[in-house]
Amino acid sequence: MANQVLDAKGLNCPLPILRAKKALKDVPVGGTLQVIATDPGAVKDFEAFCRTTGNDLVESKADGKVFEFLIKRIS
Amino acid sequence: MSSDTNTKSLSMIVTKGSLDWAYPPFILATTAAAMGLNVTMFFTFYGLTLLKKKLDLKISTLGNPAMEMPMFGMHIGMPNLVSAVPGVDAAATAMMKNLIKKKGVASIEELRSMALEADVKMIACQMTMDLFEYTPDDMIQGPVLGGAATYIETATKSDINLFI
Repeated sequence: MANQVLDAKGLNCPLPILRAKKALKDVPVGGTLQVIATDPGAVKDFEAFCRTTGNDLVESKADGKVFEFLIKRIS
Repeated sequence: MSSDTNTKSLSMIVTKGSLDWAYPPFILATTAAAMGLNVTMFFTFYGLTLLKKKLDLKISTLGNPAMEMPMFGMHIGMPNLVSAVPGVDAAATAMMKNLIKKKGVASIEELRSMALEADVKMIACQMTMDLFEYTPDDMIQGPVLGGAATYIETATKSDINLFI
């Protein structure tokens, strides 16, 4: 289970990233944030976001038009 | 915001103040800030109006030959010429605002306050303030006044510099 869940369904670029950044602040280092989104662009964007910020994209999966990301807070 | 010297930085010159052109700088500024970059925005000429307390942003079909709007299940072109017809630009603006809401795209007001929250540094061009007779009272709190030298100093220290 993730420490925190962010429902970003219906939001478009860059809101899923901005909301995730905000939510990550409340996740303890080593903890995880689950993001649920419907923006197909979020798939590549969360990869880039995690690479740049040094956080760990543990999981990225698609279920139809819904995308789920699990981010582990590293820094 | 991290102060270590490995922190990357982005600076932008924002020169346009229409609804469509307001998006790229604010989307990039908020996203870069979320990704840990130090961000500076320099608002000059028509871009300066994006710092006004009350925004009333519009789009024009004039000078936008590539503009197409999704309507009736297809894409309708917006020829430059129709901009001269009274009400067309107002209708295009209303249409755009509807699409923005429908597609879950943030408003400019929303992105602007998120940028300020994320410590994006904003510089309002002093010369443009004088030229168009704005006072600091017309503008939101947060931006500092500065000129070309202020921006250039920032740009020499930034990893990415954009002109929008």
